[in-house]
Order: sequence, then C-alpha cells, then structure tokens
Amino acid sequence: MPSRQRGAAGAGGAEAEGERELLSAADLARTVARVAHEIIERTAPDGEASPPVVLLGLPTRGTYLARRLAERISEITGAIVPTGILDPTLYRDDLRLRPTRALAETELPPAGIDEAVVVLVDDVLMSGRTVRAALDALRDHGRPRAVQLAVLVDRGHRELPIRADYVGKNVPTNRTEDVAVRLVEVDGEDGVSLR
Amino acid sequence: MTTPTSSGSALGLRHLLSTEHLRREQAEALLDTAAGMEQALTGRAVRKLPTLRGRTVVTLFYENSTRTRVSFEVAGKWMSADTINVSASASSVSKGESLRDTAATLAAAGADCLVVRHPASGAPHRIAAWLDRVGHSHLGAEGHVAVVNAGDGTHEHPTQALLDAATLRRRLGRVEGTHVAIVGDVLHSRVARSNAHLLATLGARVTLVSPPTLLPVGVGQWPVAISHDLDATLAGDSSHPAPDAVMMLRVQAERMHGAFFPSAREYAVRFGLSQVRADRLPDHAVVLHPGPAVRGMEIASSVADSSRAAIAEQVTAGVHVRMAVLYHLLAGEDVA
Repeated sequence: MPSRQRGAAGAGGAEAEGERELLSAADLARTVARVAHEIIERTAPDGEASPPVVLLGLPTRGTYLARRLAERISEITGAIVPTGILDPTLYRDDLRLRPTRALAETELPPAGIDEAVVVLVDDVLMSGRTVRAALDALRDHGRPRAVQLAVLVDRGHRELPIRADYVGKNVPTNRTEDVAVRLVEVDGEDGVSLR
Repeated sequence: MTTPTSSGSALGLRHLLSTEHLRREQAEALLDTAAGMEQALTGRAVRKLPTLRGRTVVTLFYENSTRTRVSFEVAGKWMSADTINVSASASSVSKGESLRDTAATLAAAGADCLVVRHPASGAPHRIAAWLDRVGHSHLGAEGHVAVVNAGDGTHEHPTQALLDAATLRRRLGRVEGTHVAIVGDVLHSRVARSNAHLLATLGARVTLVSPPTLLPVGVGQWPVAISHDLDATLAGDSSHPAPDAVMMLRVQAERMHGAFFPSAREYAVRFGLSQVRADRLPDHAVVLHPGPAVRGMEIASSVADSSRAAIAEQVTAGVHVRMAVLYHLLAGEDVA
C-alpha cells in the first residue's frame, strides 16, 4: 500500500536527511491567503444573491486548514463562512485492506449544507479516494448546490477522475516519497516537506 | 508493506466474548468509535452508512430479548450489513440440532459474524473456538467468523457494559475516577459481571450492593467493593463518597431455583431504588437500568421516569456501541 499521503509529521522540522522543504511557515500562510482569495473570487460569499458557502475540512489537518481559510475569507470580505468537519472513514473503499481505523469527528454547521456551495478542504490530494469517500458521505448529509475541492498540496498519482478547484501547490512526486504537512494546531509548527 | 498512519488503530479483536479480558485501550477505542458513530449519524438526511456492505451478521438467540437483538440488527442495518435473525424456537434447534452444528451451518451459509445469546455460560466461547478451528472454505484460507457474546447465562454481556460506560461518559463526562454502585441480583447478572470488570478497567470504583445470598462465588476476586446496605452506600462516608451512578439490576426470577430472599416486598424495601432514596443522591448522579425493569420491585416507577434515569439513553447508546463493535470486528482486514 504505497498510497501514503501525509507523514507522521514528527517534530524536528525539515532538517532531517533526505527531507526537502516545500513550503515554509511564511509560504504556507501566503498560500492559504491566496487560496482564500480564489475561493472568494469563485463563490462571492459576500454577494447578496450568492448561495451560502460552507467549508468542510477532512480530518485531521483539513479541519484546521478549513478554519484558517474561513478566517481569511471573513477578514477580507466580512462575510461569516461556516465551517465543519466531515470524516469520510466509514465511506472508504479501502477499509478491508487495512486494520480498522479510528473514527474522527464529524460536525456539520447547524444550518446544514442543502443548497450551499460546499468546499471540501484537505491537506494533500493524491489518489482521490478520500475525496470520493467524502463525496459519498456528503450525499447522505444533504444536497449542496455545488461541491468544490481545495487542497494545500496536489502531489499527483490520481486513481480516480477527481481534480481540485483550488490548489495551494502542485508538487510532482515519486510514489515512494512522503509529503508531510505540519500545522501548528496538530504538530506545533507550520510547514510542508517532502521526504 | 503498509506504513502505519496516525489514525490507524488495530484493536486486535477477533471476537468480543467478555469484558474481563478487554484491555483498557481496546475498551476506550470502542467507546471512541461509538461516539464517532453517534456524530456520523446525527442530523443527517439518510441514516445509512455503506461501511459493512456485503457483510452478513446473524443474530442467534437462544433466549428472549427485545433490546439487544433489535439494537444489533439496527446497528448492522445502519452500516449496510445484511442482518438475519435466527431464534432457537423457530429454527432447527427445536428439532434437536446441536449448538455446534447450528453454528457451523450458519458459518457455511455465509455469516461473517455471529451474535450469540445463550442460557449456558460460555456458549459463545465454545462457538468461537469451534469456528476458529475449522476455518471456512467460502472465505478462503484466512476466513474468519467473528463471534459476539450477546449474553451467556450468568457470565457476561460485554456490549451492555460498553453501552453503560458510553452512557456514563455522556452524562458524567468521564468514567475514570467515578464511583458506580451496582445494586441487586448480582448472582444471576451477566450485566453486573461485565460492568464490574469493564468499569474497573476504565478506572471507575465499583461497589456491588446486594443481599449475601445474591452474590456469586468468587466475587472476592473481582475488582470491586461489596456492601449489603444500600442506604449506607448511597449516603457515602468520608473515605467513600456517594456514588455518581447507580445501576439497578433486574431480579431474575426465571433463573432463581431457591429462596434467595424472604419476600419480594422485603427485597424492594431493602434494595429497591425508591423515590426517597433517589432524592438523597447527589444532583449529578445518574440512574441506570439494563432493562427490562420490574417497576416497583428494584426501581420505583417515578425514579425510572425521572430525568435522572438514563434508561432510554442507554438503549440509544447501545446501537452506537454495537455499530462500533461490528465496525472493529468486520470492517478492517482480517486479523491474522
């Protein structure tokens, strides 16, 4: 099973041998800000006639990226963008291939997702299987007007016809490499590295 | 080959037969998963998860049951498993088929999981041992039928204890460090045994309150304190605070072949949870009952219907806990 997307993201930063820094903490902040601008451009969350926008993070790190994007968007536009967490574990198609996984939180905004533009947020896009599972999970929660996908890193190796609407950074990778996204909320520091 | 992910959790459970041998991290993982199931299902349009599609769960019940059987079947169905009920009275068991043959038949017919309730203590363990030994042609060499104990005689009822722990977590916010009094017919209660072990494993202090005639042999080895005076236990003292939860047990008349107490009335007066006794409990204290409750005997009707009682919540928690158990036994790769 080579479809590893994110590293254990241990402490120690990007200094270890064979590790290459892709985004520093400052780069990461700028990237999040740029993606926030792109989301505003496409969805106009502050527009009067626009449908509501909901950011749903895919655990673990997508949750925090979604919150950061929502903060940026409301700083820029003044519009409040609700966020939530969608755990697609129970919808995965590779459950039988691994030991059972622990479940993460699921928490949708109280107003629901019907007729909203839902932006799924994850840290790394690789095979697309997590996103497929999330789309299936979403279908059981309601019927959004549209679903979009925002990822911090697109590392290629898609196994399904899925693409991201917003990409922080495109990184060509080898399958055996490991893209490690670190966020302050989980790992104590911000950064992305390849090893 | 597989690199471990931070979210990976192999419980290493093949069957769920007792809580006595459940390790703390296994019990907590099951409770966490149950909470996750509850979250995954709240407020949604469609209460159906695709997780166990194509898996077959057979509930094999040699004793009557409403809540346990329904709750296992609902749990299976909400995760898209095919659930089939076999009750002893309506099957070949009434023609004299042995337990072993019945289990082998169900496994050969394609069951991935057998949920077994049986009046004989140890029956699910025997089934698990038989099925582990024979292997299953239709499942390939690594085929494995998981067995869940849904109550065996006076031995254990592990999913009931897990749902009680889940209810305590919801109501009290934690299990560790709480004091739980289990009151009544401990001798005939598989619920008491499973709870005593599980709650102790999770770090709670357990007091069994029972007449001496209704305590099992060997209770001295259990990780619990023992009391014969309900009022003293409920009041607490300097070293033993009043209980945070009181679990009332049903007096199992159908298993009693002798005189265990002078009269039902005397039992109710000494060991029943009356309104007066319930009023003396701390404000946050929870009243649990595994059901079916005999109102007026072990619990007053007004207490069972009060907001202190978590009896309906226990049933709801039961569905989520059983989803968690089926998920960990059936969803992942086969445990070698």
